[in-house]
Amino acid sequence: MAYVIQGETGDWELVIGLEVHAQVTSNSKLFSGAATNFGAEPNTQVSLVDAAMPGMLPVINEKCVEQAVRTGLGLKAQINLTSVFARKNYFYADLPQGYQISQFEFPIVGEGEVILDMPDGSTRTVGIERLHLEQDAGKSLHDQHPSKSFIDLNRAGVCLMEIVSKPDMRSPEEAAAYVTKLRSILRYLGSCDGNMAEGSMRCDVNVSVRKAGEPYRTRAEIKNVNSIRFVQQAIDYEARRQIDVYEDGGQVVQETRLFDSVKGETRSMRSKEMAHDYRYFPDPDLLPLKLTQAFVDGIKATLPELPDEKKERFIKDYGLSHYDAGVLVAEQANADFFEAVAKGRDPKLACNWVMGDFAAAQNKQSRSIDNPVVSAENLGGLVDLIADNTISGRIAKEVFELMVETGKAPAVLVEEKGLKQVTDTGAIESAIDAVLAANPDKVADYKGGKDKLFGFFVGQVMKNTGGKANPALVNDILKAKLA
Amino acid sequence: MTKLINLTMAEARKALAAKEFTAVELVDAHIKQAEKAKPLNAFVTETFDLAREQAKASDVRIAKGEAGAMEGLPIGMKDLFCTEGVRTTACSKILSNFVPPYESTVSANLKKAGAVTIGKTALDEFAMGSSNMTSAFGNVENPWKRKSDPSVKLVPGGSSGGSASAIASRSVMAATGTDTGGSIRQPAAFCGIVGIKPTYGRCSRWGVVAFASSLDQAGPMTRSVRDAAIMLGSMAGHDPKDSTSAPLPLPNFEAALTGDIRGLKVGIPKEYRPDGLSSEIQALWDNGIAMLKDAGATPVEISLPHTKYALATYYIIAPAECSSNLARYDGLRYGQRVEGKTLDEMYAKSRAAGFGKEVRRRILVGTYVLSAGYYDAYYAKAQKVRRLIADDFAKAFQTVDVILTPTAPSAAFGMGETDDNPVTMWLNDVFTIPTSMAGLPGLSLPAGLSADGLPLGLQLIGRPFDEETVLRVADVMEKAVGFNALPAFVEA
Repeated sequence: MAYVIQGETGDWELVIGLEVHAQVTSNSKLFSGAATNFGAEPNTQVSLVDAAMPGMLPVINEKCVEQAVRTGLGLKAQINLTSVFARKNYFYADLPQGYQISQFEFPIVGEGEVILDMPDGSTRTVGIERLHLEQDAGKSLHDQHPSKSFIDLNRAGVCLMEIVSKPDMRSPEEAAAYVTKLRSILRYLGSCDGNMAEGSMRCDVNVSVRKAGEPYRTRAEIKNVNSIRFVQQAIDYEARRQIDVYEDGGQVVQETRLFDSVKGETRSMRSKEMAHDYRYFPDPDLLPLKLTQAFVDGIKATLPELPDEKKERFIKDYGLSHYDAGVLVAEQANADFFEAVAKGRDPKLACNWVMGDFAAAQNKQSRSIDNPVVSAENLGGLVDLIADNTISGRIAKEVFELMVETGKAPAVLVEEKGLKQVTDTGAIESAIDAVLAANPDKVADYKGGKDKLFGFFVGQVMKNTGGKANPALVNDILKAKLA
Repeated sequence: MTKLINLTMAEARKALAAKEFTAVELVDAHIKQAEKAKPLNAFVTETFDLAREQAKASDVRIAKGEAGAMEGLPIGMKDLFCTEGVRTTACSKILSNFVPPYESTVSANLKKAGAVTIGKTALDEFAMGSSNMTSAFGNVENPWKRKSDPSVKLVPGGSSGGSASAIASRSVMAATGTDTGGSIRQPAAFCGIVGIKPTYGRCSRWGVVAFASSLDQAGPMTRSVRDAAIMLGSMAGHDPKDSTSAPLPLPNFEAALTGDIRGLKVGIPKEYRPDGLSSEIQALWDNGIAMLKDAGATPVEISLPHTKYALATYYIIAPAECSSNLARYDGLRYGQRVEGKTLDEMYAKSRAAGFGKEVRRRILVGTYVLSAGYYDAYYAKAQKVRRLIADDFAKAFQTVDVILTPTAPSAAFGMGETDDNPVTMWLNDVFTIPTSMAGLPGLSLPAGLSADGLPLGLQLIGRPFDEETVLRVADVMEKAVGFNALPAFVEA
């Protein structure tokens, strides 16, 4: 079912395209040697080039180029061996040069694609229009002084990749899935840390609405949306706003809008008439960027296994469901953790534990995968104890709790607490006999047709054995005795 | 001592090595002359004390046998080169108090070679002009005088007019210039000295206040071809800090002066004889051709068919780049600020107060030609024509080794003699601009005097990165011309 919003005049379809600004992971800026660490004291990571001192010239940082190519390859995109840096001219206090060095006509990366993993396990392909390199601006601080604005140039000149999607998304959920997947790919590649809270990834969202079968209508661009949740909220609000405008007989105007995350609404920032004329032209301080195929091939050879390939492999080699595989591969560290647990063991059992009790415990303690509540080795050990019938699944949950509490290995805990499963048929038989002897009336009822009482007997046996009796054996013997 | 100021750098270097005089004496003699020449207003900032200190250090190095290629030689530094701790103004009000915390690559190279800078020389504001009359620090005067009327103050040309005037008045032995459309060559011609704009990419632009990045190129201005070769060798070289700097080894330019040009083919472009070219310039050019022929070279008529579009093309590309390059002068981080109620008002007030008329004109032209809807008609088309102009030269250089043309259409003109039409002023660069557009090396050398006693220059143009042939031919021509006239100022 396609996602639609019901208006008074019928169903409306959404058309969404995203421009994601991803900060490239690099030690220094795109055109200067200044550092790029987050959270440094204001204006401590600023070179003469970043401050646009007279006569200063940009020199390309090869690491940033490499990261762009790496990302392009990860997006299965065309790598352009010749690209051109252009100046985007406008005046603002946090833009020292009076222009941003970006790429305009000739970006370093052309068309590619991102495959979305939807919550229902299905996939959708969103086209990538282009990826280009550009400088970030500095930061204007308007809340430090009653009448003045302060400028922090630490971010000025930091390398960004602007990744532009085609207008291929049709619902807020797809937009969210796109950002999630893109973030995952970038993190796998190591080209961007994907930290939206620190501003390493920011989204500009283009939204329009239309009736089914219509060509695209006028779009609005919502600037600088900085969380996946806000992307969804902004799209939903903006789509409804546009539908209201049309249904009230008005026209949507092409404009730039801002998302107010407190009020959950978008509002006009500047109209098309007020739009800057950026006067793009090739930057004469920089020669066209020329790459060799060997350079690109060299990067290609070092690409890691990416989420889509990993997911395929998890489904094929481990027999996991699309959903489970999708969840596990979203973060490389999670996938690695799973593989460490699953190695040489039953992958489905391993998956259930990693995605079940383990994930719950992680969430409860707000832990990251680098700091797991139990080690992959110990979790694997627990899976082993279940697989070889040393403990039952139920006892395993108990052991897991103890592992989280004590950090001890599962085998040690099972030994210490005497939780080893009872598989001695004699012992189980006598426990069953005791239960049956203690409940003659229930035995009679069962034999009279109350089948449900079987569970009661099992429960009593397990209770009396401290849960250690092998449940399968209990079932078998009990059935025989009651027959 | 007055004799010291008439030496070439090559002569002075030999004498310093032979301990005939000291670097301190040489520098002092020039400082004394610079003080005498103060009315010419060639310097924006004098650094005499600093120069004396450096000269002392030079003497120590000479005594130790550690002299650099320009050890102890007093020079002027165009005030477009950022100099660490020394005010750098670009002759604009907006940078009138700017003291850079860094040294440009070219000035650092010269310092390393032992050259002693006695001051920052004046220029047209941000190097935009051909008369030195757009400087925010007053006009610079040419030390030469018309025989017919010595009372008329003549311009030294521009934009490197302060450098040219300082050299011609013997205040310095040499000076740096920068050339975007003729800013080294035209003032060299007007002041009777030698100036070479090297191939684009030969000298680093790092630390040079930018005018038009794809055209700006630093070069030496001297009183002899040999001095130009010496100084170019000390300034140039690949600089990783400038992405447009050529990663090429530096030739020994002085070694190129073999005195032998036999068999060389010299191109004479027919398009450089426009209607209305003065007979004086025409005769000068013909005379130059004859000299080269006498020295064993062969003149060949060539065609550079797109020459007539060069000026118009230049006045699209250079202002376009300047409009963007000068955006950083906004009064925010350095330079002059005029407060306003809003950020935009502060920008407008600071820039209106800080930039002169010619700079404002070019920023406006440049902003216009890059605007949406005009880009294709102007900037994009100009880039195509620029390519065609470069192709013209490339084709010509398949048959010739060097090209000879006049440097400027006239001798130095008087201050206020040009009308208010800026295009008249822009026409001064009609012979130098095509070379700049193609990024080729171009050298102007004094080739004679006008009937009114003013120096006139001829220009030699070479293949990309073939400054050696240009210098070799210029050296032969210099000897043939035997230019030894002195400006009125020096004679007096």
